[in-house]
Amino acid sequence: MNIDNYTWRDELREAISDLTPGTALCVLFLVAVIVIGALAPVIAPYGEGEILTNNSFEPPSTMMWLGSDYLGRDVLSRLIYGVRITLFLALVITFLSFLAGVSLGFLAAAFGGWVDNWISRLNDAMLSFPALMLALIVINSLGSSLVVLVFTVAFIDMTRVFRVARALAVNVMVMDYVEAAVVRGEGKAWIVWHEVLPNVLTPLAAEFGIRFTYAILFVSALSFLGLGVQPPQSDLGVMVKENLQAILYGEYTTLYPAIGIALIAISMNVFVDWLLQRSSAELPDEI
Amino acid sequence: MADSLLKVRNLEVSARGRKGREFSIVDNISFDVQKGEVIALIGESGSGKTTISLACLGYSRPGCHITGGSVLLDGISLLEQPLPKLQELRGKDITYVAQSAAASFNGAMTINDQVIEMPVITGSATRQDALSKATRLYKELELPDPENIGKRYPHQVSGGQLQRLMAAMAMISDPRLLILDEPTTALDVTTQIEVLHAFKTLIQNHNASAIYVTHDLSLVAQVADHILVLKDGKMVEYGATEQIISVPRNDYTRELMAATHLMPEEFHAPPLVTAQEPPLLDVRNVSAGYGPKHEFIALRGIDLTVKSGETVGVIGESGSGKTTLGRVISGLMNAAKGGVFLNGQRLANHVDRRSRDELRQIQFAFQMADVALNPRQRVNKILSRPIMFYHGLRRSEATREVARLLERVDLPSSFAWRFPPELSGGQRQRVNLARALAARPSLIICDEITSALDTIVAQQILDLLESLQDDLGLSYMFITHDIATVTRISDRIAVMRHGEIVAQGLVDEVLTQDCHEYTQLLLNSVPEMRTDWLDEAVTRRRKLIAALS
Repeated sequence: MNIDNYTWRDELREAISDLTPGTALCVLFLVAVIVIGALAPVIAPYGEGEILTNNSFEPPSTMMWLGSDYLGRDVLSRLIYGVRITLFLALVITFLSFLAGVSLGFLAAAFGGWVDNWISRLNDAMLSFPALMLALIVINSLGSSLVVLVFTVAFIDMTRVFRVARALAVNVMVMDYVEAAVVRGEGKAWIVWHEVLPNVLTPLAAEFGIRFTYAILFVSALSFLGLGVQPPQSDLGVMVKENLQAILYGEYTTLYPAIGIALIAISMNVFVDWLLQRSSAELPDEI
Repeated sequence: MADSLLKVRNLEVSARGRKGREFSIVDNISFDVQKGEVIALIGESGSGKTTISLACLGYSRPGCHITGGSVLLDGISLLEQPLPKLQELRGKDITYVAQSAAASFNGAMTINDQVIEMPVITGSATRQDALSKATRLYKELELPDPENIGKRYPHQVSGGQLQRLMAAMAMISDPRLLILDEPTTALDVTTQIEVLHAFKTLIQNHNASAIYVTHDLSLVAQVADHILVLKDGKMVEYGATEQIISVPRNDYTRELMAATHLMPEEFHAPPLVTAQEPPLLDVRNVSAGYGPKHEFIALRGIDLTVKSGETVGVIGESGSGKTTLGRVISGLMNAAKGGVFLNGQRLANHVDRRSRDELRQIQFAFQMADVALNPRQRVNKILSRPIMFYHGLRRSEATREVARLLERVDLPSSFAWRFPPELSGGQRQRVNLARALAARPSLIICDEITSALDTIVAQQILDLLESLQDDLGLSYMFITHDIATVTRISDRIAVMRHGEIVAQGLVDEVLTQDCHEYTQLLLNSVPEMRTDWLDEAVTRRRKLIAALS
């Protein structure tokens, strides 16, 4: 009986049928953005740093659909490359922060006692620093590079992920089925992997979405302040900053990346909300 | 029948599933409640009894709606009243006592404030009048210190008292109809009869009518005039209490009668005395407590033995330490003093330091199968893990073994591919047992495994336990608060109170006429199938309590 295959497809089909029109739109947008980011070199009409005209802030034309930026580069092409690097950074950062945060959170929950106490109090200490200030200090002192940026933001995010992961795991650790595994003589690793993880996967996935959004905003904010992605590369945050003067000339150049950031963040949030709502609806509705 | 207080005719309620499917949960129910009469709705969980009682308030739970029929209170159709009119009726003419008083009281307000809330906000009585009436009701309900108990907060009184205070809240506005939804189910067995008695007296004194919802036929026989037996939302039998309990006409009613918590006619035959074989499990002088230094004592000097192939029942109320004893034996909790011996070998205090074979021999079956089985693991995984863990079988062999196990507990082998939430309560409890069996243990500690189940299902589980014992020579330690159940399947019993064993031995030795007062108290709480039992039981109970303290 090939049961695994059957339920996977079944579940996916059911999930798609559960989508509301608004959520479906957001999911479509996210998929489109990811595809655009992945295929940027193929899709973008021009290169990232290619200077096409001597005029700054040219209005949209058939040659440059969204006009030119302050150096006369194609805004659309830079936007596509910007989406690529923004998504890539956010993904790597969120992935790293989850790897560290969830591991530590489960460790604290599984062992409890002084292990839990030490990890949690250290984490609380880290949490007490304002995130943006901490990032500014670290990046300023270590020098601005993509590696430093990724690890700094991932570390800061990890402290947030840790709290969520620990709280979720602690709730599961007190369930009778975990106790049953303890009486059987199972080790901590088995319990965490087979008993705890499957039960916290949905809320963690939702948290991943939220953290992903925050990572985009955070990196964009750092780039805007000049500490994130360095020229000639650019992410959406850099583009907002570069083209600020366009407002003076009555052009919308700086708004395109800003709208991009906003739309990605909102779509992600709507999708995550739907995910959470759906997983709570699956619980038995006994009163 | 013109003067009946409440008339329910052809009531139909249906619910909407997640995919928008409609399914009927209450189908064509009709009954009358006369003035001053108590009618009982009885059935298993899912039989629609609570839904019907709520419909008598003109209410349906979210997701449910009343699709047909009528509910008339003194000629007023409750289902057609606008909400403001209904709200006026609910609280004044019809009141409701919920199953769990602890969950229904607001912990931040004093009891008095909550009891008198209704008459005061509707303006039907001044605060002063309402308070003095509340005190009268407290006195009537035989609550201690009726003058002052209302000044306390809900957490400062016991569960049984809180349930009675909730009845006071319901009676304060002199309702014509009182709806009681399983008001004693959450209480300890010995408190239960006291509360039931208080309810009965109260209803009689005020000549109120009541609808009493319960799953326990023997209890309801004490208070109800008429009984309506429900199954799957349909009426099975409706008649006077005497008729239902003496000559039930329907097969289902007879089945319910057979499964009630009555004392068995005769006890389990004592096992044949075998030669001086060392006991399988020997608990010697064990003390244990909670807190880092065991400062909150839960067990004091426990001595207990379980022989091979024998069932030992451990009985006690909540807080008596019976579950703690199970946890100490299985190694989930450290003993402060004493030791646990398996086949004469001393077991390490904690699970971590016991060998895999020692762990295999003692299995633990948890009370609530719905939280004891991981909802995200298929039955196959739940059952094959102990097989692979203890016996080192490969996955394919384990899967075949799972099919055999499922068959052994009378479940179809296709259930292996289901998740626990897709099973009923009784089926889950069978899987729970199968998991214990998968280890091929010598002893299974059963912690209240039948108490969350409906009576008929619980009976089936007990039958299963017996047949497993006959086939596999298992020993059971059966932890429960229900003395009637335990005497039915045990060879020997131990009675626990305040962390100590007050009596133990063969069933007929412990349950004699002149046994320990506490054992008598427990025995006294087992209902008997006659309508005049309650008053006698309450009188006896008070004598015993006086003797105990």
